[in-house]
Amino acid sequence: MITFTLKRILQLIPVFFGATLLVYFLVFATPGDPIAALSGGKPMSPAVEAALRAQYNLDQPFWVQYFLYLKNLVSFDLGQTFSGQPVSDVIARAMPVTARLAVMALAIEAVFGVIFGVFAGLKKGKIFDSTVLVASLLVIAVPTFVLGFVLQFVVGVKLSWAKPTVSSGAPWGDLILPAVVLGLVSLAYVLRLTRTSIIENKSADYVRTATAKGLSRRRVVVVHILRNSLIPVVTFLGADLGSLMGGAIVTEGIFNVPGIGNLLYQAILKGESATVVAVVSVLVLVFVIANLVVDLLYAWLDPRIRLV
Amino acid sequence: MRYNRTSKALVLSAALALTLTACGGGGGENPSASSGGDASKVITANSTEPQNGLLPANTNEVGGGRVMDLIFTGLVSYDATGKPVNELAESIETTDAKNYTIKIKSGQKFTNGEPVTAKSFVDAWNFGAAAKNAQLNSYFFESIKGYDKVSAEKSTLDTMEGLKVVDDTTFTVELSRPESDFPLRLGYTAFYPLPEAAFKDPKSFGENPAGNGPYKLAENGWKHNVELDLVPNADYSGPRKPANGGVTFKIYNSFDAAYTDLLANNLDVLDQVPPSALQNYKTDLGDRWVNQAYAGNATMTIPSYLPEFKGEAGQLRRQAISMAIDRQQIIDNIFFGAKQVAKDFTSPVLDGYSDSLPGNEVLTFNADKAKELWAQADKIDPWPADKVFTITSNIDGAGNKEYITAMANQISNTLGIKAELNPIPTFKEMRTLVGEKKLTGASRAGWQADYPSLYNFLGPLYGTGAGSNDGDYSNPAFDQKLADGLAATSVEEGNKIFNESQEILLKDLPVVPLWYQAVQGGWSENVTDVKFGWNGVPIYNAITGK
Repeated sequence: MITFTLKRILQLIPVFFGATLLVYFLVFATPGDPIAALSGGKPMSPAVEAALRAQYNLDQPFWVQYFLYLKNLVSFDLGQTFSGQPVSDVIARAMPVTARLAVMALAIEAVFGVIFGVFAGLKKGKIFDSTVLVASLLVIAVPTFVLGFVLQFVVGVKLSWAKPTVSSGAPWGDLILPAVVLGLVSLAYVLRLTRTSIIENKSADYVRTATAKGLSRRRVVVVHILRNSLIPVVTFLGADLGSLMGGAIVTEGIFNVPGIGNLLYQAILKGESATVVAVVSVLVLVFVIANLVVDLLYAWLDPRIRLV
Repeated sequence: MRYNRTSKALVLSAALALTLTACGGGGGENPSASSGGDASKVITANSTEPQNGLLPANTNEVGGGRVMDLIFTGLVSYDATGKPVNELAESIETTDAKNYTIKIKSGQKFTNGEPVTAKSFVDAWNFGAAAKNAQLNSYFFESIKGYDKVSAEKSTLDTMEGLKVVDDTTFTVELSRPESDFPLRLGYTAFYPLPEAAFKDPKSFGENPAGNGPYKLAENGWKHNVELDLVPNADYSGPRKPANGGVTFKIYNSFDAAYTDLLANNLDVLDQVPPSALQNYKTDLGDRWVNQAYAGNATMTIPSYLPEFKGEAGQLRRQAISMAIDRQQIIDNIFFGAKQVAKDFTSPVLDGYSDSLPGNEVLTFNADKAKELWAQADKIDPWPADKVFTITSNIDGAGNKEYITAMANQISNTLGIKAELNPIPTFKEMRTLVGEKKLTGASRAGWQADYPSLYNFLGPLYGTGAGSNDGDYSNPAFDQKLADGLAATSVEEGNKIFNESQEILLKDLPVVPLWYQAVQGGWSENVTDVKFGWNGVPIYNAITGK
């Protein structure tokens, strides 16, 4: 298992270089001049313009720009934003907020998704099952931004149960509402995955054997049915952590969360390569590590799976 | 202040806007007496993350500008109507509009303890102008003698010969030519003084500035991308005394989120109602809103380098296009009646504004006259049969696409030519196209004043070779009028000449003026005495708790 982990970590290196090169090129290739946008249509003296271009290497051809970026990267210098702040600081401020949001969303979808999924699966065709199925279909069908705005208005403005936006320091309490919005769609998928899986497994031979042995209903469900049903769910959750971290742009926008999604969006609009590349690289790392954890979890859930 | 991506597009409105003093919508009137308010309340207001460190000469957008204006104070500040009021200036004297002697009040200090002296101003201005410091606002010092030398590329000079310290409270300014509106500019962010500490380490000073304004940055007050906390500065003794316990600027990336916060009383002052709420904000907010004109306008540039728009035929075509646009119809249907039809090239909130300049009928919709002018132009130089009149605009700002499409349709219907929107995805791309003079048709444009003066709407935009003259307009007669206006020794005399210069513009139409901008703002149930200034920015220091 250690070799397996090491191999996977080594694979990170080419993935990382490929991703940074691609993203750097994409930002480079977007039309429009970031320095022209900085002046916002007001005049800028040629000397100032030249100085700014030189400062961000924008006067260099693509390969030189990318090489200089890599060179700084080796010494753990992620570059500067157009406002002169180190990109590493900017990410260090935004990352914990998004991580907290993503973990909360993941917890909500995992806990509620699995619990509802198990009950729905065990009581297939009953009223609870049908209700849950219809509700999850609705959640999947409604776009996140509609859900976000409606919940924000009803809970935040009309009922005043929570603040409509996240306040300074992004306290856990303020993040509940955005986390629910962020996790709701995935919750519906987790629920459906769990339900299907449970239905398949509950008529399996080993379940009948376990029941015949006289094991308690609780032990049959938790140890025999659930554990075997979790593999597809865990795969989904692992991949989902990555999308929750990087795909929270809409939710972060609605609730004004100062996280990675917002940061990335603003940086793309400004054409700030250093920030975009750094953020995307971090997200790539998150994806890869989440996948690694999922693979390790497989072996734990199902001892038949060998990691090589 | 620069016209930023969002504000440009989102500031959709302007209802009555007769003058700034005539309070806009009527619903927004608030009790003028401020007695009994809670002066200890900390006001929360919306803002955007300042683009750069907080240095006067490097702040050219509203997010940083509104903070700078509270934590610094210059020689003058502007009152709600845009009239300059002395802050640190004891007197600003000149006899020829070229040489100025400026006396400042003594005994003032920065929040780091350094005194504010004549040298604080001279050093700060030199710092802002010098090329080696690469400050975005450096062109603001271009009228000062010696600017050309310090601002030249690779120049290592750091002082302008036109600035001289006489004693601790006096300094002199020599301009390279007479400019009567120079004193009007002195309230702009770029002209604030700086303490010695700023020059030693500009970068860390920009993160944690020591100013001399009515407020100061709280300790660790700048939480990047989250909020900026300002607290009253006890040492400040000028006319903008805070009536509250501080201002917290919350950083929003969307006005929709800020508006929702306002509805929940989770935000006290919002300076821009989002387009999605323009139809309903008056009912949503009861009597807690304002709709008033500010010093900004929207225009359509028709570049001089387009072959079809040169010479006599070109002039006739420009006039025809201007008269083919039914501005009021667009304002009513797309902006919900919240803008004001333009009658000139400036703004109605400015001193010297006139809505009855000779020749301004060219800005009024008149389909018959437009057709007639177009036919005359066709006789001189026929419009190619398959030629499309395009209007280039970025479409990442809300409302742009809608109004320009409507405008193109009006032009098309009236003149019988093909006209359409040429959509550009982002503001950045649009600026590049305009800057490189690669337009093949007209383009969306606009101006937001840096300081309240007619000249600021004319010189930088239409003077030959001027910095923001995107359409490459050049007319010696107009340049002469500008120079004459600047050489006038009184503001009134200058304004008269500037208005004469506008008569030339009304014939040439380097841009087609469309409408004046207005600010739609609102405030929560927890505050009172909310007023908006000449530039559409709330007067934060006057706001008080209920």
